[in-house]
Amino acid sequence: MTELQSIASQVRRDILRMVHGCQSGHPGGSLGCADLLVALYFQQMKINNRKGKGGYLSFNMDGKGEDLFYLSNGHISPVFYSVLARRGYFDVTELATFRKLNSRLQGHPTTHEHLPGIRIASGSLGQGLSVAIGSALSKKLNGDKTLVYCLMGDGEQQEGQVWEAVQFAPNNNVDNLVAFVDVNGQQIDGSTKKVNDNRDLGAKYKAFGWRVLHVDGNNMDELTTLLRKIKRLVGKGQPIAVMMKTEMGQGVDFMMHSHKWHGVAPNDAQLEQALSQLEETLGDY
Amino acid sequence: MKKYTFTEKKDTRSGFGAGMQVLGQTNPNVVALCADLVGSLKLDAFIKENPERFIQCGISEANMIGMAAGLTIGGKIPFATTFANFATSRVYDQVRQSVAYSHKNVKICASHAGLTLGEDGATHQVLEDLGMMKMLPGMTVINPCDYNQTKAATIAIAEYDGPVYLRFGRPVIPVFTDPDQKFEIGKAWMVNEGTDVSIFATGHLVWEAIQAGEMLEAEGINAEIINIHTIKPLDEKAILASVKKTGCAVSAEEHQVAGGLGDSIAQVLIQKHLAPLEYVGVKDTFGESGTPAQLMEKYGLSAKAIVEAAKRAISRKK
Ligand SMILES: Cc1ncc(C[n+]2csc(CCOP(=O)(O)OP(=O)(O)O)c2C)c(N)n1
Ligand SMILES: [Mg+2]
Repeated sequence: MTELQSIASQVRRDILRMVHGCQSGHPGGSLGCADLLVALYFQQMKINNRKGKGGYLSFNMDGKGEDLFYLSNGHISPVFYSVLARRGYFDVTELATFRKLNSRLQGHPTTHEHLPGIRIASGSLGQGLSVAIGSALSKKLNGDKTLVYCLMGDGEQQEGQVWEAVQFAPNNNVDNLVAFVDVNGQQIDGSTKKVNDNRDLGAKYKAFGWRVLHVDGNNMDELTTLLRKIKRLVGKGQPIAVMMKTEMGQGVDFMMHSHKWHGVAPNDAQLEQALSQLEETLGDY
Repeated sequence: MKKYTFTEKKDTRSGFGAGMQVLGQTNPNVVALCADLVGSLKLDAFIKENPERFIQCGISEANMIGMAAGLTIGGKIPFATTFANFATSRVYDQVRQSVAYSHKNVKICASHAGLTLGEDGATHQVLEDLGMMKMLPGMTVINPCDYNQTKAATIAIAEYDGPVYLRFGRPVIPVFTDPDQKFEIGKAWMVNEGTDVSIFATGHLVWEAIQAGEMLEAEGINAEIINIHTIKPLDEKAILASVKKTGCAVSAEEHQVAGGLGDSIAQVLIQKHLAPLEYVGVKDTFGESGTPAQLMEKYGLSAKAIVEAAKRAISRKK
């Protein structure tokens, strides 16, 4: 295992234990996107490494001089929280409070409880790309050369607002923006194909004026190669969209190849079976 | 005081699903729409029996509301369904222009309303929907109190010609109303007659109000409890008759106090019969993750909170 792969393994354990701990939440998409978030936060993104109170990363809402990440499909909060904690924004033991009363780790990400690392509430689908564009425009106005990353779901692409944003960004040279679509082919009521087919998403983004790339989002080598390439492609007048093929439930055999684990928590036996497939690399919280 | 008991607990959304199944069998014009939440809305039976009258919209609520408005042109009775937050705040202008202003016969049916949605947290816990919907001219707003009443309301709104917002929820709660009740839109239901204070409750708070009534009785206070399942049009006559008798009132709802049932009652009392009114509702704050019971307790929506409000209202009587 490479270092990034070993972090991803721990993040997947965290995800499973978090949703098990509160018997709610969304393991499927979280497991599928674990590799991307790890690659972004532990390698790709320029992050201010200054430590503040308690030895945790000091978090600044404005994020000037830092790359920023926006999670539009907020239901996969478990992967976001785990990666933020493992990266040092807050203590990993706090992951145990996920979705419980008085927690900073709300069901969907929120700024309301001031969890370090979160810059916007999400959960109601379809809104994140617009926010990411605004944030990217703010960077341009500030003369700030750092980048903005955004992740959306593929079912989420059915929301009209996504396409308002998709149309806007190329027309306004928002070329400091990288949007990922988690193409796992699944959503709540079944396959995206059956529910409301996205058809050729990449071709659509291309037609709107985006530079479109494709990647296997569960292959860490491919991912890191793609991310390196992206660094050369930004700033060239076009926003970048990545159609990221993933497997919902990646890493746990019985959670893969279906939409069933979109938003269901494992019971005790299922948790044990799932954890046996993922190495504990950094120590469970 | 009448005693209410229950033998089972069920979620109101399942009452909606059961009502939809009946409508599928009895009214060929009823069409169901959903935005990727079929299981949560309990539509499985309707879809199984009437696949050609079900429209899966995918995650596109604005489009769903617009399509529902269009379906009415030609005589269909569309039931547009999703979580309450996405059925109201997400699509307010679509509802306003294409449904309310155009006066289309669309039934907006919304589950997972309020805090009792639980762990998903504030992004999904809409506490402003009753207010938003009741402000729209011509919109009927209904928030039934248990499984049986939700089923009856679902069936009744198909018979009514005009836009309706029907609100229900996720938690399993006592089933205590008559399974064969006839649901009358706009007609308040006298749960328990009393003389000392009028408690007007809606939705999940009706059962809490019944509990509160028993707790008050133990302290020698005789509360009148009225189920306001229809927030608009409001049963002014029932409200005035009750408050003229008791001299004070409490409103109880799983909603912001600003703009909810309590404010509707306040308007009636201010204009027609001045009397103290105490609000039980969420006080200008967003919700959070937690179990439904924890949240109802923390945000002051319990029987205990109703008891305290009743005592405050009584103490303010002249
Ligand atoms: C506006 C809005 N409508 C509906 C929902 C309910 N919902 C949560 S996740 C989801 C499915 C999302 O599908 P996708 O984006 O493919 O994510 P995945 O299931 O792959 O994780 C739905 C419909 C929501 N959160 N927001
Ligand atoms: Mg998906």
